[in-house]
Amino acid sequence: MDYFLTEQQQMIVDIARQLTDEKIIPHRAELDEQHQFPREILKQMAQADLFGVPIPEAYGGFGGGCLDIALTVEQFGRGCIGVGTAFAANFLGVYPIIIAGSEAMKEKYLPDVATGKKFGAFGLTEANAGSDASGIQTTAVLDGDHWVLNGTKQWITNGGEAQIYAVVAITDRSRGPRGASILVVEEGDPGFSCGPKEKKMGIRASSTTELIFKDCRIPADRLVGRQGTGFITVMKTLDLSRPGIGALGVGLAQGALDEAARYAKQRQQFGKPIIAFQAVQHMLADMAIGVESARALVYAAARHIDAHPKEMSKVSAMCKAYATDVAMKVATDAVQVMGGYGYMCEYPVEKMMRDAKILQIYEGTNQIQRNVIGQELNKEYS
Amino acid sequence: MLQVSEELCIGCGLCEESCPFAAIAVVDGLAVVGDTCTLCGACVESCTPGALTIVLAEKSGATRLTDWSGVWVYAEFRKGELAPVSLELLGIGRQLADTRGVPLAALLIGAETGDAARQLIGHGADTVYLVEDPALALFREEPYAAVATAAIRRFRPEIVLAGATAIGRSFIPGVATLLDAGLTADCTALAIRAEDGALLQTRPAFGGNIMATIVCEESRPQMATVRPKVMKALVFDAQRQGEVVVLDTTAGQLASRVQVLESVVGQAAEVNIQEADILVSGGRGLESAEGFALLRRLAEVLGAKVSASRAVVDAGWIPYPHQVGQTGKTVAPKLYIACGISGAIQHVAGMQTAETIVAINRDPNATIFSVADYGIVGDLSEVIPKLIDKIEELRQR
Amino acid sequence: MKICVCIKQVPDAKEVRLDPVTNTLAREGVQSIMNPFDEHALEEAVRLRESVGGEVVAVSMGPPQAEAMLREAISCGADRAVLVSDRAFAGADTWATAYTLEHALRRIGDFDLILCGKQAIDGDTAQVGPGLATRFAIPYVACVQKIRHADATGLVVERMMDDGYDVVAVDYPVLLTVVKDINEPRVPSLKGKMKAKKETILHLNAADIGAEPAAIGLAGSPTRVVKVFPPEARGGRAMLSGTVDEQVAQLAERLRRYL
Repeated sequence: MDYFLTEQQQMIVDIARQLTDEKIIPHRAELDEQHQFPREILKQMAQADLFGVPIPEAYGGFGGGCLDIALTVEQFGRGCIGVGTAFAANFLGVYPIIIAGSEAMKEKYLPDVATGKKFGAFGLTEANAGSDASGIQTTAVLDGDHWVLNGTKQWITNGGEAQIYAVVAITDRSRGPRGASILVVEEGDPGFSCGPKEKKMGIRASSTTELIFKDCRIPADRLVGRQGTGFITVMKTLDLSRPGIGALGVGLAQGALDEAARYAKQRQQFGKPIIAFQAVQHMLADMAIGVESARALVYAAARHIDAHPKEMSKVSAMCKAYATDVAMKVATDAVQVMGGYGYMCEYPVEKMMRDAKILQIYEGTNQIQRNVIGQELNKEYS
Repeated sequence: MLQVSEELCIGCGLCEESCPFAAIAVVDGLAVVGDTCTLCGACVESCTPGALTIVLAEKSGATRLTDWSGVWVYAEFRKGELAPVSLELLGIGRQLADTRGVPLAALLIGAETGDAARQLIGHGADTVYLVEDPALALFREEPYAAVATAAIRRFRPEIVLAGATAIGRSFIPGVATLLDAGLTADCTALAIRAEDGALLQTRPAFGGNIMATIVCEESRPQMATVRPKVMKALVFDAQRQGEVVVLDTTAGQLASRVQVLESVVGQAAEVNIQEADILVSGGRGLESAEGFALLRRLAEVLGAKVSASRAVVDAGWIPYPHQVGQTGKTVAPKLYIACGISGAIQHVAGMQTAETIVAINRDPNATIFSVADYGIVGDLSEVIPKLIDKIEELRQR
Repeated sequence: MKICVCIKQVPDAKEVRLDPVTNTLAREGVQSIMNPFDEHALEEAVRLRESVGGEVVAVSMGPPQAEAMLREAISCGADRAVLVSDRAFAGADTWATAYTLEHALRRIGDFDLILCGKQAIDGDTAQVGPGLATRFAIPYVACVQKIRHADATGLVVERMMDDGYDVVAVDYPVLLTVVKDINEPRVPSLKGKMKAKKETILHLNAADIGAEPAAIGLAGSPTRVVKVFPPEARGGRAMLSGTVDEQVAQLAERLRRYL
């Protein structure tokens, strides 16, 4: 379908597609099997200027919006959402700086992010603060001209690989949600370390670790925005990034459909290719409907967010939940179409099915997304 | 250029069918030549009405062809050994020389060549022109090209053949340029045209999808390279007599702006798939690097070496020196087992002279089966382990 | 450093198949691509410029459609591109191609380094690079698998040989032909694509480069194609039959003499 992309957007798609076909797909099985972080591929992405897509032009980027980044990660997702997650989570760590950072902070970090020299991560989740972010235990206390951080973040994407960590910490427990702030911790800061890499069901190319702060001292100017605005920035960050997760889902679903359809044309049973059987055709048709409708919603939501940055929560949640549910369904059906072969590790669809599950869980579970949508509806109809 | 006669063209489209390059098409009942035309002449032959002609610009200063006589083979000598391809070339060179009724000579370049000249004579050379100097011990393009060019200018052979090895492919084009001679790479067949004695040089073109026969009508020498294992060497005859002519060199010829710091024998030798008697070869049908591991097990059991199609090399499952085909190596093992290889013509071009070819492929319509002696339609993950078991069983019996 | 990369547009051989029924080329949808070896030459040129500075000029001899490929070269890092194009070049063999490129390069400027792919996948001759260097009377190294060292005066490179590799040193000006092992080409960059869209590609024809009509195209080619024909199929196929176990057993029996 024609989504009326601009010339620059079409260029982004072309580059991301070529990179996915030539640099990601040939290596995805190995990265998955060896739980290997795709440093070489990220270097190629940097060389192709793709890290600069959402960075404002003033800081060496291309000033792209939510749609531009969605187009990029959709392609990566078609190849491997482990790799796509590493790329996308980088911006999760950088969005707070773009949204709320001071001019000096932007100048310090963004040009290096745009060229891929520095890589980001977002430290929100903790053992007792998942869907309920208000349970955060990590604290930051001002001591002279330094903040002192203590606490442990859990399941942080790009942990151990990033140089810039946007960490959510409580700076004033008495103020409840208004007592949280975001601080930038850099790789090598005293008292900051990362735990061992977690073993995961899927997206094994991405790195997931704990972030451990033991009297971690960082300069006072690492505070992002004003003290106590942490949660607002977190919400804006997630609203901005969720269409990207939806786009990863669209990409994964497209990749699974491609595999299943190609296989169904080639696989012969009862004397004809199995795509000739209506049972298979209908499954493929439903998969195709899912992919296209998810894509349409993600692109529409991303365009809406780019045009109306103040009212993005509902559309952002909708496209994330829908596209990732589609991804799970399509990946599962792709395995079914391919039967025993689909279940074998020689074909990529079993990995896609394992990978797809995380899309429904991270960046707010799809249940939480529905809460957000429900609350918005409640407001709209009041 | 290719001219279309508007009077004769009937717009039948035969030319369109015949063109390997999609460069001619019938538009409004008339053949129109496009920019991709290479003047290969396929359409001219196909055109029943005779509406197509290739028009040539006038040539100037053609060589006097009769001044050139004899067949030469460049004898490649490196690190104390003659390249086997040089002996193979003496085999075909002998045939060509006998057809023309001229002598066959070898041009041997190197240092401390020992009994190499003897070997060349025993394999069919009437004369060996020997250029020996310590400065020629290691291969460098410039001195090799200079001494070869000087010798060819002096003795004027009509035909010069060389092996399409790393060395041959490197300096022979330089020699051809210095001589303003035509050079045809990777010939698979060489013959003499009866009417004028010209060398007919046949080689695959366009990825092996068509064969082209090439001649050098107006220049001499006629130069061609041939890949290893394409031609057959004569049996060594210790009684054969021949003459060794030592050629002098000048300091100018031996000078080189390229300096060889080190010559490393490595990896490539271990994977010289051209030397293997049995090759187990994998293609895209293996699906993954893991599939390739299965292939290695089969190779181990058979005492074979592992080779691959281009798709697999491009996918990075195995490095380039293992590639068989038009852009890889030409192999002629006793047994070639193609696993999951579809049989693209450019692959087949590199292995079709194997003594026995076995193809295992899931797709019964795969073109590999048309060149195979034995074919099994089935899944590699099922067939290969069973074949391994069966072979081990036979071995033990 | 001034670097020239010679690139050629070729049909994508992966997509070319012989139609088994008509025995003609099935060329539907066969795309033109940059010769894969030349992609590696271009990548190496761009890397050299990134490390020692200078300019990379991509030059192609080919039909007007090759301009798209030259734009791709710019999007992958070439600074500018030149298309050498004339109907009179048609039918050129490697001699006439080297002649034409030599005249074009002399017209474009003095180069310290000329990089070529080892060969083009449509002709597979590997002759134009060495021929071009010889015409320029500059040294060349064929089949380079690695540039070990590059500075303002020269290079140390590894040249692939049949039994390993040679390490050779050479000063500029020099021509190298490269094999695929030398690097992994990058994908185009966004800035590169934007530049490629705007850039004007210089077109040179036979008259512009001062080429003798008798030395270009078919007229200038010492070699002539006199016949083209489809390759012979080998035939002799014996499909084994029965269950997989039975087929494997039959095959193993027949292969006994190789065990």
